[in-house]
Amino acid sequence: MSSELFLQYLFAGISYGIIYAIVAIGFNIIYNTTGIINFAQGEFVMLGGMIAISLNPHLPLPLAITLAVCATMIIGALIEIIFIRWLDHPSVLRLIIITIGISILIREAALHIWGESVRALPYFVGNEITSISIFGTNISPQVLWVIGICSLIVACLSFFFKFTSLGQEMRACSANRTAATLCGINTRNMVTFSFMLSAGIGALAGCVMSPITYTQYDGGTNLAIKGFTVAILGGLGNSMAAVAAGLLLGIIEAFSVSVLPLAFQDAISISILLIILFVRPHGLFGSKEAAGLKEF
Amino acid sequence: MGLKKYIPIPILLLAVVAIQLTTHYTETPFYLTQLTMSAYYALLVTGLCLVMGYAGQISLGHAGFFAIGGYTSAALTTFNFTPVKDHAVLRFFDKFHLLMTTEDMFGDILLNFHPWAACVIAIIVTIIIAFAIGIPVLKLKGHYLAMATLGFGIIIYRIVLATEFFGEADGISEVPGFNVLPGVSVNGDFDARIQNYYIAWTLVTIGLVLLLNLIHSRVGRALRAIHGAEDAADAMGVDTAGYKLNIFVISAVFASIAGIFLTHYNGGIGPSEAGVMKSVRYVAIVAIGGMASLWGALVMAVGLSFLSLRGMFGSYDDAVFGAILILIMLFAPDGLLRLHYLDKVKRFFRKTEDIS
Amino acid sequence: MALLEIQQLSRRFGGLRAVDDVSFSVPEGIIKAVIGPNGAGKTTLFNLIAGNLPLSAGSVSFKEKRISGLKPFQIASKGISRTYQSIKLYLGMTALENVMVGCHTHSSAGFLAGMFNLPWTWKEEKQIREKSMELLSLLDIAEFADTEATSLAFGQQRAVELARALASEPELLLLDEPAAGLNIYETARLAELITKVRDRKITVLLVEHDMSLVMDISEEIVVLSFGRKIAEDTPHAIQTNREVVRIYLGEDDDA
Repeated sequence: MSSELFLQYLFAGISYGIIYAIVAIGFNIIYNTTGIINFAQGEFVMLGGMIAISLNPHLPLPLAITLAVCATMIIGALIEIIFIRWLDHPSVLRLIIITIGISILIREAALHIWGESVRALPYFVGNEITSISIFGTNISPQVLWVIGICSLIVACLSFFFKFTSLGQEMRACSANRTAATLCGINTRNMVTFSFMLSAGIGALAGCVMSPITYTQYDGGTNLAIKGFTVAILGGLGNSMAAVAAGLLLGIIEAFSVSVLPLAFQDAISISILLIILFVRPHGLFGSKEAAGLKEF
Repeated sequence: MGLKKYIPIPILLLAVVAIQLTTHYTETPFYLTQLTMSAYYALLVTGLCLVMGYAGQISLGHAGFFAIGGYTSAALTTFNFTPVKDHAVLRFFDKFHLLMTTEDMFGDILLNFHPWAACVIAIIVTIIIAFAIGIPVLKLKGHYLAMATLGFGIIIYRIVLATEFFGEADGISEVPGFNVLPGVSVNGDFDARIQNYYIAWTLVTIGLVLLLNLIHSRVGRALRAIHGAEDAADAMGVDTAGYKLNIFVISAVFASIAGIFLTHYNGGIGPSEAGVMKSVRYVAIVAIGGMASLWGALVMAVGLSFLSLRGMFGSYDDAVFGAILILIMLFAPDGLLRLHYLDKVKRFFRKTEDIS
Repeated sequence: MALLEIQQLSRRFGGLRAVDDVSFSVPEGIIKAVIGPNGAGKTTLFNLIAGNLPLSAGSVSFKEKRISGLKPFQIASKGISRTYQSIKLYLGMTALENVMVGCHTHSSAGFLAGMFNLPWTWKEEKQIREKSMELLSLLDIAEFADTEATSLAFGQQRAVELARALASEPELLLLDEPAAGLNIYETARLAELITKVRDRKITVLLVEHDMSLVMDISEEIVVLSFGRKIAEDTPHAIQTNREVVRIYLGEDDDA
């Protein structure tokens, strides 16, 4: 493999991987405050992309993306308020089935609103043939946008959770919900907020990746599976490890294309998911003891 | 004691016959086609009902087992093995008269597996895969189990979609009929419609009797105990992991048999049968039927599959199942037939029966 | 010969030593109690014996065979049965069915026999049913046989759990705080029951808070504190043991 091809694969892997990491972080945010795996996480990414595409002809691109992110956040909050907030000690099985149902409804609604066609946002700078040269290989500037914006999301999130009082309250919720309630934190609002937050970052990721990967009504399931793979790889609930795991999966996937037919690319990540679930369900970076204390 | 559990069986058989006669006299025999297909889906769903309702495990990969059965049988009975007929493996099968030759319309000799052989091989393949998947997967709980079985389903879907042997996006068509017994054939021919309706429902009845026996046996009790309090079942000597695995494999075999028969009946199978939405749909039906209610699962499977196959839901097919799923889980997590007041009525009847 | 032999058993949770180097043995045919203040590691000890928790060090032997490392269902089939401090009955099953599950280790109908409802299983089912009804009668709860077990009153639930444990015909019965939540009369009745169980040649090891119960019925007592064994003796000797009194009263002065 030439070094140029190697770098091509590497950049492709990184840009996909960081998207997976964002979806995984979305999973983690909701999981940490509620103990729920939100199976509709991938649909947020799809919605963000779709709404931005619809708004784009009428509005400048940055504004369209901002509105799309806000709209998705509202949808995320509504989902929590309508379907989850009022349930009294629901079982895990019940929650799984509800979020699966939500993901189906969002997907079917998208199908009826936007149809089956594959859509895309325009490239943020230039067009599909614009390229810039890095280390002697040609990369689309959109790849840099993806990597840049996603890194920014990760940085902002870690700042948010460490240094703002809202972020600290959310962490308190995830550490011990009962204790947090006793300290006067409104845990219910925290849960709603966690849905908003993960819907928002999902939607933003959906917008930046749309020019390269395109957006289609049923793209969510695949992303959800891969995001979940990454979340598990990193250890459920651990967002920094999710970034490392995301990059790892993205790069493995990108390089697998050189050995296996494209059609099997998705099978690879799912196989990784199955293997990791069987061998180390607490994740590559997680500890078994800590995983034992988590709720499933 | 003992025979009470069979009481609904004659009622079911009467209903099956009554429906057939009704379609005969109202001259609407075309309904039988969908009722036959619904019966096969019901076979799969009742098997899944045991895994979900009795052992308390979720499987989002049962369409995968349906596809394994259907595709294996379809491929073995349609793929022309003539070019490789001298291969040792084929010679081995030929020795036991498991292969058959037919002549196509151009006079070429086609070498295929006999449907019975294909059927048995498909079931064996299903059992092997179900064990291989079940051993690691069933160690997982809750979200992890859901995702792992979902992942398994997607892998099967991707494999049939990407493999030439399985016809890629077109699936496999022109699957021959399946002569179950001399003169009794599973196929989609117009004049075999009534016969097939009864074949399908006979199969469902047999399946139901087997499952009813199982849930009223020592094993069924142990499975319900696992669902009721897993560690306490373990402490009473129930091999919880082994039981979960066995029931998972049994339900996979049910799904596989449904896949085999429906494929021969339809004369083909496509990748959509392996899709995630199908698995979700089966889970939805079990949930609506009341999780731990075989009869609920059966009624809902036939009813909903029939409406769906008749195209009642139009382009909102999947959306309808999604909506039903959410509504049931929000408002009646014990299933539609198990709303609280119904339960009380049922308990009332149970008491009176016990006294008599 | 000791029925149960516990040697240098330890279990750590991170830095916490929940059970620390505990050794004792339970001779056949007696009632032995484990007592200690809250958090002394009593329930952890039970979970280690029954195989619900892996142990950090040491060993547990039953009838001179090592059972540590086996899965709970394997230990159960060797003849050890247990009840739980927080009652664990099977949801959605009647009291009778709960007890019938207890007969699991002494019956054999498997998946195929069950599916085909083979004639030999009929007899087995009948025996299981009769034996379970007998146990329910023994514990005075036969009238609730067809009631969903989890909807029974607290004391009755305890009785169902005990019947279930007895249904497995154990040689060793582990009772985890059997008197918790019972009133005086129920406790007295429980004491009577436990002695009756012992008279059936079933060895009993119980963890208990209720001192009067423990002192009344047990022949030997082990005292745990912060995971360590601090005393092992007859009830009378334990009552006068200064160390034990100090721990229970939390005082240093001479009482």
